Amino acid sequence: MDYILRRILYAIPIALGVTVIVFSLVYMGPVDPLTAVTPDDAEPHVIEMIKKQYGFDKPIPVQYLIWLKRALMGDFGVSLQSNRPVIEEVIPALRKTMMLAMVATGLAFSVAFVLGVLAAYHNGTWMDRIFTGTAVIGVSVPNYWLSIVLVVIFAVELNWLPAVGMGPRGSGEWEWDLVHIRYLILPVIAVSAIPVGIITRTTRACVLEMLSQEFVPALHSKGITSVRVLVHVVRNAAPTVLAATGIQFGHLLGGSILVETVFVWPGTGYLLNESIFRRDFPVLQGTIAVLAIFFVLINLIVDIVQTWLDPRIKRG
Amino acid sequence: MEAAESTQTLATGDGDLVRVSDLRVRFVTKETTVYAVNGVDFSLAPGEVLGILGESGSGKTVTLRALIRLLPEDRAQVSGRVLVGDNDMLRLPKGDLQSVRGRTIAMIFQEPMTALDPVYTVGYQIAETIVRHESCSWREAEARALDLFEQVQVPSPKQRLKSYPHELSGGLRQRAMIALALSCRPGVLLADEPTTALDATVQIQILLLLRELQKEMGVIFVTHDMGVAGEIADRLAIMYAGRLVETGPVTQVMREPLHPYTKGLLSSTVHGSMRGQRLQTIEGSPPNLEELPDACSFAPRCPHVREACREAVPEPVQAAPERMARCILVNPA
Ligand SMILES: Nc1ncnc2c1ncn2[C@@H]1O[C@H](COP(=O)(O)OP(=O)(O)O)[C@@H](O)[C@H]1O
Ligand SMILES: [Mg+2]
Repeated sequence: MDYILRRILYAIPIALGVTVIVFSLVYMGPVDPLTAVTPDDAEPHVIEMIKKQYGFDKPIPVQYLIWLKRALMGDFGVSLQSNRPVIEEVIPALRKTMMLAMVATGLAFSVAFVLGVLAAYHNGTWMDRIFTGTAVIGVSVPNYWLSIVLVVIFAVELNWLPAVGMGPRGSGEWEWDLVHIRYLILPVIAVSAIPVGIITRTTRACVLEMLSQEFVPALHSKGITSVRVLVHVVRNAAPTVLAATGIQFGHLLGGSILVETVFVWPGTGYLLNESIFRRDFPVLQGTIAVLAIFFVLINLIVDIVQTWLDPRIKRG
Repeated sequence: MEAAESTQTLATGDGDLVRVSDLRVRFVTKETTVYAVNGVDFSLAPGEVLGILGESGSGKTVTLRALIRLLPEDRAQVSGRVLVGDNDMLRLPKGDLQSVRGRTIAMIFQEPMTALDPVYTVGYQIAETIVRHESCSWREAEARALDLFEQVQVPSPKQRLKSYPHELSGGLRQRAMIALALSCRPGVLLADEPTTALDATVQIQILLLLRELQKEMGVIFVTHDMGVAGEIADRLAIMYAGRLVETGPVTQVMREPLHPYTKGLLSSTVHGSMRGQRLQTIEGSPPNLEELPDACSFAPRCPHVREACREAVPEPVQAAPERMARCILVNPA
């Protein structure tokens, strides 16, 4: 309990650091945010007015504190593009990215876990080589390239699956039916490739390490069946494999910009891409801040789960 | 449950618990072949404690693991015959082997810290073994685990059953390991240097405990500690370079060793304070097991070496009804 509390306390400065970076992003970009919000032909007194309105006349640390105070209440300002509150754009987008990330993580974990365990149990055989090779390819193929290849093959050439969007035109909200799930398949495969590769390799390495531990022959010496021994091995590997999976989930939340753009999947990645092109810096800040906080949160959860699964990590 | 109350009655054809004939193990990899065990014969009578004594690397662990078929199948080539009761261990189908292991023959490992699964409680691990071999419920198995913890004299056994291995002291971990090995009342217990990792006082406690629990069970006890061997064993087998160079009743071997290697081991040991004495005081170092010369393996270190020692592996000589030595200097009875 104490340990968990400490982890949470550690997470706070990290989260604060993240907000500083997110806030400064706008000033590190090639475009002055003031220029972004003012029309090219604005008169000087209009520019002054806008400056005041956005607080650009104040020192940057003060601007940060004002921004942070609002951000903590969920107020990231208003989109320059749509004039709607940023949070109202970020939350629905986050839900869509979450959905993609969850399905992809679930799929990646299931596939990778089986591949990793089989590779470890058949260490050095052709099976190990094929699975390990698959993992290496999964990690090294750029996922936007994979997205395009998938679209070309399955949407354009074979015409089996839709290429873009989250549902047929005019079909309204997402539903878990066959009509909609078809739209999920290609993006999920595209974003799963890297997690499959990484989780396979982690599982293989971890199971191999467990198989070399003395407790494995010791279990055999008690007459425990091979299947039950596998359960012991997997249970020992679980904290590490689940941690790797959790971290991959975190990466998927933030890292699917190009894939979401290729598939026109209206998630946070798509939103980020749009806001960059439209110089919509409040949306950019808001999206990155929300994603970053989620990333910190996921890492925290991974830590806690790992502690809970491994009795050797001191809880005191 | 009734039948399981006493140690299983086992016997090979001759009334022995265990009979090992011409056991050979070599580890073959692309680079080298290691001749770890090179023709070992011995038997174990009911209620007997056989101490296998030898320097580190002499093949004690490999011999013990071969008995319960625990060597890595991809690398270890095992031949010979191992009878445990009427089970032909090296030829037993996998399913039968799994039923024999843990129930008929069990093993105590040298380092309980690594031999116990770190993420399960010791109580779970004991109950798991009991449920595996006996048709009883988990609850009954847990009750048995508690009995076992009382038998091996673990203080506050109920709480300790809920401990993870890393939460116990070295001595308690080894007691838990012993409880685990004894959980299905095996007829034969293999113990691989079970006290080496412990400090002197705890060592004595564990040895006394094993002696007390042993009764009609046959025990093969591996050690490289003269004092420990003298304390626990009825009969000694001295191992060198994968062969037994001398066997005999413990008092006779200790008082009047036949093989020069045994003599070397003993000369370095002061009687009365033998415990803790490591066996490294003989000149020279153990042979390289990557080759298997047609000669006495001890010849390069032997003070009495003759020409004949380098020409053939000495045959076992029966020096007295119960005494054997592989040395050409020993006279047959
Ligand atoms: N799995 C293995 N693969 C290759 N060589 C091994 C293996 N296990 C043991 N050996 C070798 O067998 C020899 C005997 O080892 P061991 O039986 O462990 O000696 P000890 O008498 O100290 O228990 C050593 O030379 C060791 O290197
Ligand atoms: Mg050993």
